[in-house]
Amino acid sequence: MLLYALKRLVYVLPVAFGVSIVCFMLVHLAPGDPLTAIMPIDATAQQQAEMRAAYGFDKPLPVQYGLWLWKIFHGDLGSSIASGRPVASEVGRAVGNSLILASLATLIGFGFGAFFGFVAGYFRGSTLDRLASLVSILGVSVPHYWLGMVMVIVFSALLGWLPSTGAGPGGSTAWRPDWEHLRYIILPAITMSAIPMGIISRTVRALVADILSQEFVQALRAKGMGEWDVFKHVVRNAAPTALAVMGLQLGYLLGGSILIETVFAWPGTGFLLNTAIFQRDLPLLQGAILVLALFFVGLNLIVDVLQTTLDPRIQRG
Amino acid sequence: MRRSFPKTAFVLAILPALHGAAWAQGTLRIGMTASDIPLTTGQADNGGEGMRFMGYTVYDALINWDLSSATKPSDLVPGLALSWGLDAADATKTKWLFKLRPGVKFHDGSAFTADSVVWNLDKLLKNDAPQFDQRQSAQGKSRIPAVAFYRAVDPMTLEIVTKSPDATLPYQIAWILMSSPANWEKQGKSWDNVAKAPSGTGPWKLASFVPRERAEMVPNPDYWDKLRVPKLDKLVLIPLPEPNARVAALRSGQVDWIEAPAPDAAKSLTGAGFKIVTNAYPHNWTWHLSRAEASPWNDIRVRKAANLAVDREGMKELLAGMMIPAEGFYPPGHQWFGKPTFKLEYKPEEAKKLMKEAGYTPEKPLVTKMLISPSGSGQMQPLPMNELVQQNLADIGIKVDFEVVEWNQLINIWRAGAKDPSSRGGTGMNYTYFIQDPFTGFMRHLQCNLVPPAGTNWGYYCDPEMDKLFDQVRTTFDPKDQTAILQKIHEKYVDEALFLMVTHDVNPRAMTAKVKGFVQAQNWFQDFSTITMDK
Repeated sequence: MLLYALKRLVYVLPVAFGVSIVCFMLVHLAPGDPLTAIMPIDATAQQQAEMRAAYGFDKPLPVQYGLWLWKIFHGDLGSSIASGRPVASEVGRAVGNSLILASLATLIGFGFGAFFGFVAGYFRGSTLDRLASLVSILGVSVPHYWLGMVMVIVFSALLGWLPSTGAGPGGSTAWRPDWEHLRYIILPAITMSAIPMGIISRTVRALVADILSQEFVQALRAKGMGEWDVFKHVVRNAAPTALAVMGLQLGYLLGGSILIETVFAWPGTGFLLNTAIFQRDLPLLQGAILVLALFFVGLNLIVDVLQTTLDPRIQRG
Repeated sequence: MRRSFPKTAFVLAILPALHGAAWAQGTLRIGMTASDIPLTTGQADNGGEGMRFMGYTVYDALINWDLSSATKPSDLVPGLALSWGLDAADATKTKWLFKLRPGVKFHDGSAFTADSVVWNLDKLLKNDAPQFDQRQSAQGKSRIPAVAFYRAVDPMTLEIVTKSPDATLPYQIAWILMSSPANWEKQGKSWDNVAKAPSGTGPWKLASFVPRERAEMVPNPDYWDKLRVPKLDKLVLIPLPEPNARVAALRSGQVDWIEAPAPDAAKSLTGAGFKIVTNAYPHNWTWHLSRAEASPWNDIRVRKAANLAVDREGMKELLAGMMIPAEGFYPPGHQWFGKPTFKLEYKPEEAKKLMKEAGYTPEKPLVTKMLISPSGSGQMQPLPMNELVQQNLADIGIKVDFEVVEWNQLINIWRAGAKDPSSRGGTGMNYTYFIQDPFTGFMRHLQCNLVPPAGTNWGYYCDPEMDKLFDQVRTTFDPKDQTAILQKIHEKYVDEALFLMVTHDVNPRAMTAKVKGFVQAQNWFQDFSTITMDK
């Protein structure tokens, strides 16, 4: 198992290198000047040139990439052009906030998704199946930013039950797992859980249906095993794939929640990326994308190793 | 005596509480459109909004803007300088003397002197000064192009020498905010540390801030202008760049005030008991026209026809009333408006006549291309507004195709000029302007020597007569005479229809009925000192 984990870790290195090149180059392909955000718009050409030199944007791209990579190896992701603050601390704080939100959303999404999936798969063709499928299709189909806005209108503006924006009364640095702060996370977490809930539900339904049609289930029933014990076998067989899907969803939620975090002004990676894109804040954009991509790679690694633990056939494969 | 003792004791006991109550006028929470807390070290970023919330709150300039009236355009007033003017003994008219305000202290308790000003100017202009700050320099250096030399004559007198005679220096100096040299020393000579614990001379002190989330300010009870000591006990700034999120935050009671509510939210907000406060301010929404060779806008008949074709009242309806129809390049009533003879009215028939004279009809239209952006700072609602202008112009024989580019890209094209390939053959661009001083209002758009790359005369307009007027503005030091020249310039802008002048924004902000005492000045910046919150 250790050898397998190490082998997977070695595979990660070229992927990480590729990721670094892609995220460095992609942001440079986008139109716009990174200095627009920090200079008065009528700054003269000479002043712009001075600033470009001060930030190293006058150097050829390969040199800029080399310098950037060199700094990364030394644990320095550079400084945000717009705020002047170190990218590492900006991204670190945002990842922490997104992790809280994404974890809760995944928990809700996975819990309800798995429940609906198992129910639908186990009682395929029944009214329960149709109801569970309807919920999962809605989860996947409804645009989550729209759902977020509707939730805000209903629960914040009309009913006044829950706050609509921010991470807490004193900002995210003062975040604590108490009701005063949890109130702020409920609406974005539910909104964010809609898609993973739908995806996991559909995946689990298909898995359960598939497993139930296999011969070993018939054999288990034939030898007189109780339905609860059969169910446990089904769960155990469905778990590796469900887990892989959940891992991917957590990865997506960590980096892919730009719309939801913007609607709820949740100070996570999505909100940060949105700001960085509009401000053409290249170091922040590069740093945030790199960290998220590496997080995704790391998450895949963990899921792979976990899957192998649950199903040793994968390791042999 | 026995009876009066308990009474006196009671009064004495509650006096401190009453005193506190006089100050404790609540907390005002504002949802800004910026996505981050503006730079806190002195020279704020995030454009006009940054200066509004983090500039003129925590800091002062030598010369401030008068933000006390909603009914008249605001002008310059003494700030940290009591008076200023040319040195009478200097024949070159380039040497200015500023008499500074005595007894002013920074928030950290250190004294404000002429040396503080020199230190702050070095911070922006002198790359080898220990306190030089690239970030503040990026904001401040281009604001004071006239400054050549400066020195402290004595602790309360500052001398500034300009590169050439330049009567617009006071407007330039109004941009430069003074941060505390002593605090910079105390913070280990690190601007990053100063950002966390800044010190200015302004009416508000920054108490705390979480980047990108919130900043809290408390009053500076020792502020030198007693009329502007804040009445609130706390001002909280929250970045909420998404318009719907701002409205939701206001409606759910998370903030008391939002900047720039979307026009389509106005009706529901007022219906729910919120106030929408608006006022004119030096902003315009125009089509900046190219005057390069072969541009159809070189024909004054076409320019005038376009200006007569726009249904500005219709646009006002589209924007739920949140605009002032243009009568010129400046909003009507501005001190530089003058008396232009060309009236910007909706007269499509007259416009058609002019177009016919120029050789175009709706059947055989002039075909041209405009650069527009789908969003952007100050651009209001660019897509529906531009589409309305496009329809109006089509009616008189101007067929406009849009080249839609992202806002930051539009800024780059604006800097590059109409002749640059990046302009993609566009003969105009929809651009909104901050027009608060003579340079940003007039000169940068149309002065001959400011065509790209030297400046932002995007359309390559050049008229020696206009240049002469600009020179006169710079060499006329009497404010009244200078105003008269600025009026002449504005009249020329309008009478020659140098831009397609469409509208002015009204700086809308929505707030709860609890917010009292706010005076919305006709300015990009505002004073929050007069505000109180009802319980």
